[in-house]
Amino acid sequence: MRHHLILRVVTKFLVGTIMLYAFYVQFHGDFSPGGGFQAGVIMAVAFILYGVVFSLEQVQRVFPPWIVHKLAALGVLVYGVTGLYSLLTGFNYLDYTALSPHHPEHGQHYGILLVELGVGITVTGVMVAIYYAFAARNPIISDEEW
Amino acid sequence: MLVVTAIAVVRMRSLFAMVMLSGVFSLLSALLFVTLDAVDVAFTEAAVGAGISTVLMLGTLALTSRFERPSKHSPLIPLFVVFVAGAALIYGTLDMPNFGAADAPAQTHVAPDYLARSPHEIGVPNVVTGILASYRGYDTLGETAVVFTAGIGVLLLISGLRGRRRRDDEDEATERGPGANVQNAASDAALNTGPKTGGQA
Repeated sequence: MRHHLILRVVTKFLVGTIMLYAFYVQFHGDFSPGGGFQAGVIMAVAFILYGVVFSLEQVQRVFPPWIVHKLAALGVLVYGVTGLYSLLTGFNYLDYTALSPHHPEHGQHYGILLVELGVGITVTGVMVAIYYAFAARNPIISDEEW
Repeated sequence: MLVVTAIAVVRMRSLFAMVMLSGVFSLLSALLFVTLDAVDVAFTEAAVGAGISTVLMLGTLALTSRFERPSKHSPLIPLFVVFVAGAALIYGTLDMPNFGAADAPAQTHVAPDYLARSPHEIGVPNVVTGILASYRGYDTLGETAVVFTAGIGVLLLISGLRGRRRRDDEDEATERGPGANVQNAASDAALNTGPKTGGQA
């Protein structure tokens, strides 16, 4: 999409905003609608938009495929390790009281934050990885075909 | 509006317009969820249904043709199946409680319990997040694992293929044995059938 000047300029503005919004949805999920799943998708959209408007090579220079694949696994690990931590400190699996035993409510806050972070990382990784997998197969279609 | 969009999707022949209309369909159902006060679900539907899946469908569309081939089968049998299934579903809804009824199972089972306990047990204003991440932590862990597994599946199916073919080519370049060549040609042919038939359809 080399000659779509307006698209390219608007995308440059939007990518940062979309990422900021993803972080807002991620870390404000306790108070407003949203959470890890939605934030992960929105974060992935930022990269996908960049990839669609510029090119796959450019977005893969920013966010290489091997990092994407590791991130997808890292999220599940963050989630699982949070549970293991509470198991090892003598509580039930995924009982967030373990994170702050003297103040269970704070523990719940930390736990939810960590777990949602894990969900968000995995969803971002998987969505971007699927996009890469599809986009890498494409014969590059010319703009006139649309 | 949902019905009109659905009918338009069925009647349409241009796949590009179809993908766009299914995005519109998702957005409309997101609005439906908002009017039902299910803001979190609406958010997910708007982000995943209208956003990501439309982009992925467009990505798939770039691999195939732009137009749907007219079907040669008679539409009567599918229409019959759809009508029977639809009638069964509507018959099922007759037993459901009225919309927003106070004595509906959804309002009397665990929901009041969660609503009563979560302010002092979790202390998170958004009860949905509290339920998802804390009370139902196992379920959410399972969902995350499902997303991860689905991602691995797609990667293995789609991008793993390219890696294998490239390795085959390298093998072919290094060892010039006649047997290896035949094998490679056969496997290449097998690998090539998928995308090519897709392109011609």
